[in-house]
Amino acid sequence: MIEKLIFYIFAIIMVFGATMVITVRNPVRAALFLVLTFFASAAIWMLLEAEFLAITLVLVYVGAVMVLFLFVVMMLDINTALLKEGFIRYLPVGIGVAILLVVMLVGVVGPENFSLDEMAAPERHGADYSNTRELGSVLYTVYVYPFEIAAVILLVAIIAAITLTLRKRPTTKYQNPDSQVSVKRDDRVRMVKMKSEEKK
Amino acid sequence: MNNMENVYLWTVLAPLIGAIIAGLFGKRVGRAGAHWVTIIGVAVAFVLSAITFKHMVIDGAEVYNASVYTWMVSEGIRFEIGFLIDNLTAMMMVVVTFVSLMVHIYTVGYMHEDPGYQRFFSYISLFTFSMLMLVMANNFLQLFFGWEAVGLVSYLLIGFWYTRDTAIYANLKAFLVNRVGDFGFLLGIAAVLMYFGSLDYATVFGQVEQVDGQTITLFGDNAWSVITVICILLFIGAMGKSAQVPLHVWLPDSMEGPTPISALIHAATMVTAGIFMVARMSPLFEFSETALTVVLVIGAITALFMGFLGLVQNDIKRVVAYSTLSQLGYMTVALGASAYAAGIFHLMTHAFFKALLFLAAGSVIIAMHHEQDMRKMGGLRKYMPITWITSLIGSLALIGTPLFAGFYSKDSIIEAVAHSQIAGSGFAYFAVLTGVFVTALYSFRMYFLVFHGKERMDEHTRSHLHETPPVVTIPLILLAIPSVIIGAIFMGDMIAGDFFREAIFVLPEHDALGEWAADFHGWWAMALHAFVTWPFWLAAAGVFTAWFLYMKRPEIPGRIQARFQWLHTLLDNKYYADRFNEIVFAGGGRQLGQKLWRIGDVKLIDGLAVNGSAALVGWFAGRIRHIQTGYLFHYAFAMIIGVVVLLGLFVFLNQ
Amino acid sequence: MLALSDFLILGAVMFGLSIAGIFINRKNIIILLMAIELMLLAVNMNFIAFSHFLGDTAGQVFVFFILTVAAAEAAIGLAILVVLFRNKRTINVTELDSMKG
Repeated sequence: MIEKLIFYIFAIIMVFGATMVITVRNPVRAALFLVLTFFASAAIWMLLEAEFLAITLVLVYVGAVMVLFLFVVMMLDINTALLKEGFIRYLPVGIGVAILLVVMLVGVVGPENFSLDEMAAPERHGADYSNTRELGSVLYTVYVYPFEIAAVILLVAIIAAITLTLRKRPTTKYQNPDSQVSVKRDDRVRMVKMKSEEKK
Repeated sequence: MNNMENVYLWTVLAPLIGAIIAGLFGKRVGRAGAHWVTIIGVAVAFVLSAITFKHMVIDGAEVYNASVYTWMVSEGIRFEIGFLIDNLTAMMMVVVTFVSLMVHIYTVGYMHEDPGYQRFFSYISLFTFSMLMLVMANNFLQLFFGWEAVGLVSYLLIGFWYTRDTAIYANLKAFLVNRVGDFGFLLGIAAVLMYFGSLDYATVFGQVEQVDGQTITLFGDNAWSVITVICILLFIGAMGKSAQVPLHVWLPDSMEGPTPISALIHAATMVTAGIFMVARMSPLFEFSETALTVVLVIGAITALFMGFLGLVQNDIKRVVAYSTLSQLGYMTVALGASAYAAGIFHLMTHAFFKALLFLAAGSVIIAMHHEQDMRKMGGLRKYMPITWITSLIGSLALIGTPLFAGFYSKDSIIEAVAHSQIAGSGFAYFAVLTGVFVTALYSFRMYFLVFHGKERMDEHTRSHLHETPPVVTIPLILLAIPSVIIGAIFMGDMIAGDFFREAIFVLPEHDALGEWAADFHGWWAMALHAFVTWPFWLAAAGVFTAWFLYMKRPEIPGRIQARFQWLHTLLDNKYYADRFNEIVFAGGGRQLGQKLWRIGDVKLIDGLAVNGSAALVGWFAGRIRHIQTGYLFHYAFAMIIGVVVLLGLFVFLNQ
Repeated sequence: MLALSDFLILGAVMFGLSIAGIFINRKNIIILLMAIELMLLAVNMNFIAFSHFLGDTAGQVFVFFILTVAAAEAAIGLAILVVLFRNKRTINVTELDSMKG
């Protein structure tokens, strides 16, 4: 019973947060509501015994991605009034399509197919069960290659983000490690032959 | 007999080597080198042919039939190069190489100022090679090779003076008309391969009786005898090459080529390839009376109506050309009457006297500084005695004066037709008899116009008139000799005797010639007997008429011409055959091409397929590019709508 | 007890909300990116719910990779956004129509 309560509380928070994200005028607020949504979502994932992913969601999404969003939103000088133009005009269409979609999705995934009678809830694990260990034991064995590829994708994303946003200013002074390394003796030392000075 | 095989091989190869040296290394060997190497090549071929002739005919050796080289074997069909040497072949070899040798020598004089000297020698040597390949073949493929090769050389030589428009038109015409015939010929060979399963003469002839009686369904539901179809197709090829009506139109125009060529190719040898081929195929033709009738009627039409055309020509070479057509008609008539031996006999005698007439005409042309219009000649007898005498001999041989070569062969043909029972022989007999009169008339019209009467040339030409050099006159003399005697020599063997042995096959019920030859009592008796037959008196009447019209009363022809203007116009336009071909076939072809180009190419391919598809893509792109607004959210909407539709399908189809 | 359908319906609702977000915030590219994050969250919800109810960790592994890729996507997307803003002085989607056909 308590589970149900927790679920509904967080589900309501989630839906509310998501609604606010798509409706508020200010992008900063939208980002903050998104953070709220993620928190609520993490709580529900906890209910599903996905503790590691719930924590990751909070750490990665809330801690990194959403902060990045906030940075960007604040960095850019955005005219929010202009961006909200036509909001009302498209509202009915958006709601219409969304409702149509939700109705159809519910038709597929609703209680008709996935009620408890259809699919019983699994046994709860004991206190000594570690979701992290469980996930790690498959991630580093069965899914080791996808895991490596994911790492490469992240590396590519880092490099891409840096190269995209990197700006070269002509006035900036920087060192060229390439020419530093490839320097030769002759470039630095000049042998000069001269007569020794006579003593006076 | 390995020894003889080498002889045959070198007979063919010697002219080829000469042609290659003169053709490819013409600059290196020079003008004299070119004519020496080719003359030696052909002389070697002639000597070897003479040896073959002695070996086969006089010593009576076994027929040689063997393949020397297998080109390829495909699904059991062998494509080979081989030689079939029998008396027919041996005789053809001698005729071809002898006339060719004469023409080679003559060319030294005729062409000595021409810049294409080496090229010319190369071509005529190549022609000799091709013709030998044709006559010596022991299978249809090699026959076809030789057939096409002589056609090619003929094309090259008619257009030898390729800067003249008329020459180019003439060689194109010759090539196209021959293509029509060759198409039939090729179909015939294909039919032979289909029904006999072999291209080898001996195999094919051996199976004739099995194939006889089989039928093929053509043109709707009509059943045709296979042999008839094959023979008529093969004969269509012969019609093209031997210039029979209606495929005769190319031969008069081929006179655009140099005169030695007219003598060698378009009178003596190549045009007789069709006659030779039909004689060689006698075991096939004998089994189809329908085909024989076709041959007979076509030959009779050619013999008579082409002779008429010779009456109105003013160009000396064209008169001889129409005479050739007419004589080819005679040979074809002989074939149709199953008198193959007579046809071949006439082929041989004709080769000599017609080559003689052409070379004599060429000699006149040299002397007249390349003037060919007979109306501007006359009285040349005084200036060119050798040419005059040899021409007279040639003309007498042509009209069939007793004792001359043409007499024996032509009378054999006429008598064979008279005795023939084949359908159409009545008409053919009438045609060949009338032809005798016409032949005499045009031959002596030409003779009188050129060598007798008033001297109608201009002063400048007259002052330079003189006999042609020995390289020209010697071949004339050498050709004049066989033109006189060869008929008498071979009459007994070829017509009455068994000269051709198994080379020519005649069914007993078709053997009109044998029926007549039973009365043969020697060449002298035959000549004497001639004085009481129709042909002699008809020929004499022709000569007399020519004399009366062109010597005695030269104003009459003009009056006749004015009186019978329509007839003259008809003949002058060659029965409108050229016009007909030009309008119906060439014009039709052009119109068809135009239509195909306008509709097929411009509209369908360019318009519809190429530009049309491009325009369609362009139009379609023009429409759908408006969908590409460039707005991010529109693409997002499209994706979302797509997801909704997919989901909808999934939901509703799964219910 | 909570049924699987409860979680799935929650995911569906989240998905519908994010789609509605794309429709109504069509001009603001930042909100669009956030809507996409929401969409991914909805999908992840489904994965985890199935993983739990089927007792298969593969679903969680999948979510793990989705998070990774989503993080990379967000980083690059925002970088592009910054460059875009630097060049055009705007992030208004209606003005970004150089790909118009």
